[in-house]
Amino acid sequence: MTAATIEAPVVHRPGLGATVSQTLSMAWRQMVRIKHNPFELVDLSLSPIMFLLLFVYVFGGQMAGSTSDYLQYVLGGLIAQNAIFLTMYTGTGINADLRKGVYDRFRSLPIARSAPLAGKIFADMFKQVWSIVVMLGLGLLMGFELRSVAGAFLATLVLVVFALAISWISVLMGVVADSEEKVQIYAFVIIMPLTFTSSAFVDINTMPGFMQAWAKVNPVTHLADAMRGLLSFGPITEPLMWTFVWAVAIFAVTAPLAMRAYKRKMV
Amino acid sequence: MSQDNAIETEGLTKHFGDLVALDHVDLTARAGTVLGVLGPNGAGKTTMVRMLATLSQPTAGTARVGGYDIVKDGAKVRTFIGLTGQFAGVDELLTGEENLRFIGRLLGMPTRDAKARARELLAQFNLSDAAEKPAKAYSGGMRRRLDLAASLVGRPRILFLDEPTTGLDPRARGELWGLVRGLVADGTTVLLTTQYLEEADQLAHEIAVIDHGKVIATGTPTQLKAKIGGQSLRIQPEDHAQLDTVRELVAARYPELEPAVEAGAITVGVNDDGIMPALAADLRDRGIALTEFHLGLSSLDEVFLTLTGRRTETEDPEAESAAQTDQEPAK
Repeated sequence: MTAATIEAPVVHRPGLGATVSQTLSMAWRQMVRIKHNPFELVDLSLSPIMFLLLFVYVFGGQMAGSTSDYLQYVLGGLIAQNAIFLTMYTGTGINADLRKGVYDRFRSLPIARSAPLAGKIFADMFKQVWSIVVMLGLGLLMGFELRSVAGAFLATLVLVVFALAISWISVLMGVVADSEEKVQIYAFVIIMPLTFTSSAFVDINTMPGFMQAWAKVNPVTHLADAMRGLLSFGPITEPLMWTFVWAVAIFAVTAPLAMRAYKRKMV
Repeated sequence: MSQDNAIETEGLTKHFGDLVALDHVDLTARAGTVLGVLGPNGAGKTTMVRMLATLSQPTAGTARVGGYDIVKDGAKVRTFIGLTGQFAGVDELLTGEENLRFIGRLLGMPTRDAKARARELLAQFNLSDAAEKPAKAYSGGMRRRLDLAASLVGRPRILFLDEPTTGLDPRARGELWGLVRGLVADGTTVLLTTQYLEEADQLAHEIAVIDHGKVIATGTPTQLKAKIGGQSLRIQPEDHAQLDTVRELVAARYPELEPAVEAGAITVGVNDDGIMPALAADLRDRGIALTEFHLGLSSLDEVFLTLTGRRTETEDPEAESAAQTDQEPAK
């Protein structure tokens, strides 16, 4: 005999529409968090501003003969590097939520189990756009000559797509690691060398052979080249293509792994 | 199984590696009542709640919540349950109103309805004045109330409260008890875990005492008190100097009992109602005048002492750290 069954008091709209709506609600929560803690945006802006000023005015003369020439070269690279660093916050945020009671509450609600993750990743794209605006704005103040306005919009779009894909590496770390600090350490150990062994800051032809071999395939090189091409000078099509290939490949590998780890966390 | 049971578990078991957190637990909660799950830290209370709220899956055994299997029909179960866990489930950066509106939006309410429901709950939980303050500015009691309110946005018919008053001062605790009573009066079934005997006694219709993952006793608070150790006899002689004489009299008649001397009175746990007239005769023969001679039900604290051989206050720090690992099973 079955026990008394209970009908749901809330009207549900199962399916993709509901999942999208729940994801947007989750993203809304993240945006409200920024509204209550606007310092987060200052925090986000400090490191790219510092990097841009230091790289251009300290290394610029030596690197490219003049600070203005180096600015034309390095801005795209710095934007690429910063975007990759920013994805780390997706993982640390998810890790913090998982260890508090917030995710328990989410999981007791009749919502798609992917919604909290998707909402967080989605909201973090706002931070990506914010950062590129800050860096581009400062660059222009420093005398950067923009190739075209359309290029700037396209660069933002490409950056967001690439960040969406590689965020899953960060999500995976955030789900697996048992503390925020560990996510930061993992991220630092991977992202720092990855971004420096690329064309982000220097012409890779100046590197020794073995390093060149790596730098040529490094996804950061392609992203940095694509940014440089769209914003400043240089080829566009080929680096764009490789950027997308890398984005798809990284997404295809890490998203299922992250989702699997996340679901296992639910058991 | 019965038509009236909101929660039923059969042999519910959870292992974390070698640790048996919950061991073949059979429990039922009738619809519209409060089932109190009483036990010290590390007893398996949180483990059980997490499984019933579909947050984790049993190693063995089954459970039905609202008539639906927690494993097979977890998604269905989530549509009519509410959970207030031991760790705050509200976003501290968001205001009270935003926290509740957020849950309403997640549940698919139109923005206007979500706002109205948030206002309604804030008023009901006496949080209207703090509606626009971020949750991190709330006191402990306010935060628990907001947490409870957040679990009620979708009007759940079955509510899980995992140690809802742990760490609260007596006034905040009393307020929360009042809120829970109100919910039950409206027909909500509540499963409440607690380490406070008084809380189970105050709120629960039925109590299950669990220890080391096992149910060691069940019954109504009254049944439980009557069943184990039964009653407590208190004898206070007019003259304190006669305390020892009284104790000797009790010991002589019932050598198996262990009378305790406390605050000028003798207390002794007894099972036999016949002890009263027999002792009364002994005391009269010795000419001992009494100010108190009283047979009452034992407190739940004494019940726990009888059942487990230890007081609830003596918490085992190792058991507590084992409870923490509830969060993440060893792989």
